[in-house]
Amino acid sequence: MEPASGGFVPPAAGGDIAAAGLEVKVRSQWSYARSRFIRHRLAMFGLVVLFVVFGAGVFANYIAPYSFSEIDLTNILAGPTTAGHHFFGTDEIGRDYFSRVIYGIRTSEEVGVFVAIVSSLLGLAIGALAGYYGGLIDNLLMRLTDLVLTLPFLAILATASALLGSGSQWRVSIILALLFWTGLARVVRGVFLSLREKEYVEAAKAAGAGDLRIMVRHILPNTLGPIIVNGTLAVAAAILTEAALSFLGFGIKPPTPSLGVLISEAQTNPQQWWLTVFPGLTIVIIVLAINFVGDGLRDALDPTQRRVRA
Amino acid sequence: MLTYIIRRLLYSIPVMIVSTFLSFTFVSLAGDPVAKLRGNPRLPATTIANVIKQNHLDRSLPVRYWFWIKDVFTHKLGNSLETFQPIWPDITRTIGHTAQVIVIAELLALVLGVAVGIFSAIRQYSVFDYAFTSISFLGYAMPTFWLALLLQILFVDIYLKWNVRIFYTSGLNNPHQGTWSLDRLQHIALPVMTLTIISFALYSRYMRASMLDVINTDYVRTARAKGLSEWHVVMRHVFRNALIPIVTIAALNFGALLGGAIVTETVFSLDGMGYYFVQKLQAVDLYAVMGWLVVTSITVILFNLIADVLYGYLDPRIRYD
Repeated sequence: MEPASGGFVPPAAGGDIAAAGLEVKVRSQWSYARSRFIRHRLAMFGLVVLFVVFGAGVFANYIAPYSFSEIDLTNILAGPTTAGHHFFGTDEIGRDYFSRVIYGIRTSEEVGVFVAIVSSLLGLAIGALAGYYGGLIDNLLMRLTDLVLTLPFLAILATASALLGSGSQWRVSIILALLFWTGLARVVRGVFLSLREKEYVEAAKAAGAGDLRIMVRHILPNTLGPIIVNGTLAVAAAILTEAALSFLGFGIKPPTPSLGVLISEAQTNPQQWWLTVFPGLTIVIIVLAINFVGDGLRDALDPTQRRVRA
Repeated sequence: MLTYIIRRLLYSIPVMIVSTFLSFTFVSLAGDPVAKLRGNPRLPATTIANVIKQNHLDRSLPVRYWFWIKDVFTHKLGNSLETFQPIWPDITRTIGHTAQVIVIAELLALVLGVAVGIFSAIRQYSVFDYAFTSISFLGYAMPTFWLALLLQILFVDIYLKWNVRIFYTSGLNNPHQGTWSLDRLQHIALPVMTLTIISFALYSRYMRASMLDVINTDYVRTARAKGLSEWHVVMRHVFRNALIPIVTIAALNFGALLGGAIVTETVFSLDGMGYYFVQKLQAVDLYAVMGWLVVTSITVILFNLIADVLYGYLDPRIRYD
């Protein structure tokens, strides 16, 4: 980048300008994006909340006062109290509900993050291939995308639980990942479709770059914005879907405590409100925080949007 | 326009075939459809063998799919493998219940959402705007079944504490009560409330964004410049154009919900399409599940088409040729 004072100063005097602090620092797109994100108050707030909640999940074994399966039949269905550290009360066989929620966060966040990463990679690969090569490949891959969109989630999950045996959170995660990539694939395809016609891609081709190099080095960086935003929001969507599926009995099964499983189990004791309220509230907080962060990232990474001066 | 509609409908036929075949495969693999019969010790093995033979369960998947397709057209979706009753009456009964709930819920959500959206856009960044923005963010983040459960718990508690029955918390109606009785309304009030809140969050957000898009256009500035009253500008020039995207979203939403608000209906044990589907899927009742899938796919395809046609009708700039 040029020095701020431009043509007035002879080149020899450049050093003096730097010394006088008039030099404009060269900043990358990412550095602009970062400062835009940091200025987004709601997004930063969401990020902090997310760190706290997800941190509690990651370090569940250090934070939870009890094990999630420790039974205490002398203390069943106790309301929320600080006595004995049962902050969220206990369930019908006296397991500490605070610990169960903390472990539930761990399961849910693992599902969310896994689904987001795997489905992003899938969507990226499929969208990139379809957009870059076009023609028959594009047609086939996009029809596949349409087809996946029409498939009923529940039927597939029920099948998988019958075929692969029920229970595991990873089975649910894999199936969700196999169904979640469609949105991103379409976005990535669009970007690849328009950028492959650009002059700089042609120049790279003329310079002898291979297809893979062009895709990875020259076009991919332009899609990172939507990928990151999409991936962030996918975490929230996956957590919500997992919860709904577990609730209906097609997702994760007890004894693994996911937040959805906890709400589902709470149905047997509707009188004990804390059993329903706390895991649900945790989901709401997680999803809200992720949505705020996603909005902030969208504002920060979309280079066409310069409302916040960076 | 007519050729466009016909083309769209024709295009959806191969999609339906491939999609139903895949679903058929998945659900067939999901479990043994005669497991329940096998569990009955009084049933002789020959009867079960007969059932398997009659329903072609011993044949390969493509053959079974072919027989199923024939059943769909000649026997109105065929019979359930669990109860041996025809599926069609079940579907028509449950879709009626679902329709009643979602028509009320969607109309309420539309009216409220549009009103709040307009007001939020006119008074952008006011206290009112922030309050409803927060509410709709909450509505987005809330798991539907959790909201339904909270409402259920609340009204169960009210009943147990003060012994007043404001709303029932499960079921469709008490015996001998009609479709539009007060009793029915007391039963469907909570599912309606759940769906209204969730849809309201959606519509109010979209309406606000759409209003803001239109308010900043040149022709609105022109309308103001030529001295029209603010009310006239907002209602005549902005509102009518801002409504166009909402109408299409509402049509899409309605089509998707007609297949049953699965989670909400399950929470309230409401005898609708969604609850039917969950029960049949848990019982691995292949043909009932497939019947549900066919009907919901058709409603989704139809309402997608209606949404697009409406969009073209309301916005003359859109042409389908």
